[in-house]
Amino acid sequence: MSVTTLNSRGVAIRQPGYIARLLDYKPFLIVMCLAPAIGLLAVFLTYPLGLGIWLAFTDTTIGQKGIFIGLENFQYLLKDPLWWNAVFYSIFYTAVATFGKFALGFWLALLLNNHFPLKSLLRAIVLLPWIVPTVLSALAFWWIYDPQFSIISYLLVDVLHVRDSNVDFLGTPWPARFSLIAANIWRGIPFVAISLLAGLQTISPSLYEAAMLDGATAWQRFRYITFPMMMPILAIVMTFSIIFTFTDFQLVYAITRGGPVNSTHLLATLAFQRGIAGGELGEGAAIAVSMIPFLVFATLFSYFGLARRKWQQGEAND
Amino acid sequence: MTDVTASPGSSNVASATPDTMAWDSRARRVMMIYLPLSCFVLILLFPFYWMAITSFKPNAELLNYKEHNPFWISSPTLAHIKHLLFNTAYPTWLKTTMFVAVGSTFLSLFASTLAAYAIERLRFRGSPYVGLGIYLAYLVPPSILFIPLATVIVQFGLFDSPMALILVYPTFLVPFCTWLLIGYFKSIPYELEECALVDGATRLQILGRITLPLAVPGLISAGIFSFTLSWNEFIYALAFIQSGANKTVPVAILTELITGDVYQWGALMAGSLLGSLPVALFYSLFVDYYVSSLTGAVKE
Repeated sequence: MSVTTLNSRGVAIRQPGYIARLLDYKPFLIVMCLAPAIGLLAVFLTYPLGLGIWLAFTDTTIGQKGIFIGLENFQYLLKDPLWWNAVFYSIFYTAVATFGKFALGFWLALLLNNHFPLKSLLRAIVLLPWIVPTVLSALAFWWIYDPQFSIISYLLVDVLHVRDSNVDFLGTPWPARFSLIAANIWRGIPFVAISLLAGLQTISPSLYEAAMLDGATAWQRFRYITFPMMMPILAIVMTFSIIFTFTDFQLVYAITRGGPVNSTHLLATLAFQRGIAGGELGEGAAIAVSMIPFLVFATLFSYFGLARRKWQQGEAND
Repeated sequence: MTDVTASPGSSNVASATPDTMAWDSRARRVMMIYLPLSCFVLILLFPFYWMAITSFKPNAELLNYKEHNPFWISSPTLAHIKHLLFNTAYPTWLKTTMFVAVGSTFLSLFASTLAAYAIERLRFRGSPYVGLGIYLAYLVPPSILFIPLATVIVQFGLFDSPMALILVYPTFLVPFCTWLLIGYFKSIPYELEECALVDGATRLQILGRITLPLAVPGLISAGIFSFTLSWNEFIYALAFIQSGANKTVPVAILTELITGDVYQWGALMAGSLLGSLPVALFYSLFVDYYVSSLTGAVKE
């Protein structure tokens, strides 16, 4: 820096020229351009990430600086049935919801890939659950799952007469678990469907023509053309979906807050309950950190499991 | 595929006296496409319908399914919305949310435009790694970060202030926008910039006069997406904001409107409806940008 200043003394008559030249000096420009983004991410993402891992090894509470206590938090968690319960439900929730989202989302994408009137309108409507704030649609689900005035119960009992009593959606553990999963699937379908639809549209029709000339059935065309061609995008969308389903917070917090009898706690809601609401920052951070191995594993699994092949589409054609 | 090619000749004329082939392909098409599609649309839209219809129902109808058909309103009322607007701090919440969403959107657009330009066009040694680093930041979920971030926010003296949210939201907006914009910058021919360089334009002039005007669709996509994501954000807003007036709409509805054991479903649903409307409106104006940014960012 100082060198540039010294050099510019000689031609310092033109002040704007000096600034312009500094801005044209590539390394300086690169630093200037990256500074805001990298700065924000470093202060509010990287630093907290490290701090969180540190907090997990301390007994910090709200308003009191903790001391290093080693693995005590984790030892405590390993003996805590609530934590194990949350681990179980997080995995179960992720597995079932992801399966549901991808099965239904893929189906919807295949349906939307056909030609029919009002296609673009329909595509717009389909994305709506994903656009609207999750908490607000979760409230609508809470109301739909109401023990007394649930519209589903009304349909089953008073209209279709298949049941005698109202469904207890959120009052007992297993129904509550599945109700939450259903809400999560409902919210996740649009994202999966629209991203996969984009992938479907990149598959060249000539492949299908060639297969049809060879006498391939609809199933064979799906199995040997659509599916393999979709693998790369499927891998990416699934990685994202798994990460954000596993760490889901809003749906559970809005609908059940972990109840009944703590049966629907995900790791994220348990971390919030202990860390922020209960004030045990150290323990909450330990629960949050305990998500990391699962996340890394799930990411590696879905990414490398599905994307074994190299990207078929080149980087340029998007 | 086969039925599509077979149908147009015969199906619409011959429906009265169907010959087997046409009937078969038409019925098949209805069964295989329209029926499941309408089921999907019905299920995906029902919660919104239910939300909307609940917010205009008087309490008497709301809790009495025996005498009133729950799927329709016989005497619609604006009472819930009136209650929401005049007896609660709802307008304040809306204002705060708008402020936070607009603020964080501009901050992240500014940061990510510069970053994307540096990574894609200034090309330096290690620029792919910086890009990858920013991308990895996108994979860090907020649920892991909110506890340590809360202590950071307290350290900075920003606890309970909307400023905290404006500064924190870019952590998930910047990675997304940067990758979206890298994609857009890539699609702008480099020759244009070279021409400008030859004509003696500075780098910043090139960015301001050539690259950015050409990347406007990308900027709009990134902008509306950031706006939607920050409007919808929940966990940070829940953890960092305590006083009623500073809460954002999603948090406020869940924590301030639910009082006691009797849920005021009418008011709750009216609140949800009003809180969803701005993004839904925004969405309906920019549908194509949404779809392109969603798919663009995923593919990148």
